[in-house]
Amino acid sequence: MHISEGVLSAPVLATGALLAAGGVALGLKKMDYERIPGVAVLSSAFFVASLIHVPAGPSSVHLVLNGLVGILLGWMAFPSILVALSLHAVLFQFGGITSLGVNTVIMAAPAVVSFYLFGPLVRKGHIMGILGGFGAGAAGIGIGSILVATALVSTGESFTGVAKLIVAAHLPVMVIEGIITAFCITFLKKVKPEILEVGK
Amino acid sequence: MHLEEFAEGESFFHRLDPRVKLLTLGPYTAVIAVAHDPVVPLAALVLSSVMAVVAGLDRKKLLNRLAAVNIFVLMLWLFIPFGYPGEELFFAAGPLTVTKEGIVYVLTITMKTNAIVVATIAMLGTSEIFSLAHAFVHLKAPGKLVHLFFFFYRYISVLHEEYSRLRRAMKMRSFRPRTNMHTYKSYAWLVGMLLVSSYERSRRIYNAMLCRGFSGRFPVIDHFSLRKHDIIFGVLMSTVTITFVIILTLS
Repeated sequence: MHISEGVLSAPVLATGALLAAGGVALGLKKMDYERIPGVAVLSSAFFVASLIHVPAGPSSVHLVLNGLVGILLGWMAFPSILVALSLHAVLFQFGGITSLGVNTVIMAAPAVVSFYLFGPLVRKGHIMGILGGFGAGAAGIGIGSILVATALVSTGESFTGVAKLIVAAHLPVMVIEGIITAFCITFLKKVKPEILEVGK
Repeated sequence: MHLEEFAEGESFFHRLDPRVKLLTLGPYTAVIAVAHDPVVPLAALVLSSVMAVVAGLDRKKLLNRLAAVNIFVLMLWLFIPFGYPGEELFFAAGPLTVTKEGIVYVLTITMKTNAIVVATIAMLGTSEIFSLAHAFVHLKAPGKLVHLFFFFYRYISVLHEEYSRLRRAMKMRSFRPRTNMHTYKSYAWLVGMLLVSSYERSRRIYNAMLCRGFSGRFPVIDHFSLRKHDIIFGVLMSTVTITFVIILTLS
């Protein structure tokens, strides 16, 4: 879920950069020095997890897990996703320097939304945890793909077709991410409930 | 896990000061990204290709990277030339028409994308990640962000090993990924286990740092020094970027 370099228009890139800077500043404010290793190593774990390809019918999708990042890290999802995307930009060039801001917002804004919408739910009972987990995983991808579409359409009307296709293609991914996030939350609540408190 | 594929080498770009690279690459790519007409992207594509040659990038690896990046661009080629307002070129498949402006627009995007990506690989790919992080400190990036990046990058390979260990354990127990609940549950628990071990490791890291009197700063042993070729390159790149800006404002 990222937009390549050279596609978006200047106002969209600038808006993305500004919003990302605001989110990162808020996240850094929450992250005092003793929390840095925790947030950083969790970010490394999410980076490694994004290499996992899960089968989905005849094809496969790689995990994004930005909903789960949001549940665990709250506003600190912004700096966490920014460092992960800058590494992607330098190493793999999936999205690069000029689109870094937009891509950070695309992934981190849904993470923060998940944190506020589903965070309290996740910390309740078993069934609520499953529902909240599914909601966070699905919202992470769903809102993200809508943001991708919005960025493209704001650049030019001619992107409407591609934008629709992108949103449609992410519908099955929403379900898969929802299921995996729900299982993951249940697992963490049983094995290491403290992790759910890192982002508070 | 070998991530820095292009960082080894002896070319001009490998020896260039990372601070100069970061300072010049930012404006250069920004100008390409906001260009409207095909002139600047074309010039930039040529210039970036020259950089790739000077950097002595492995051709096969470079093409692999470009192929991955261009999948998204390919999708644009399938959509945008049709129905883009402008002069009709020819009829294609009933109501769909291809316009000249549409083709030029997608071609411009393609050149922009590739020019930026090639320049990024030639300039940033040829530096080690840690020296780029070090350069960011000198460029007054927020200290916490640089620390976060440092730890994040440092522990990727450690967690990747942990991941491979868990994968092997699953394989030994005859795990075969398929499209079913069992697969999703197993992967979710794999991710969960990865998060648990990363959390515990981060606690140990922090305690070890406290034991060694961490005060919020990393002492750096290597220092950058600005040499003649760094300054010449900086001036050259700035001239190119300013020329691009002038062309854009005139057209």
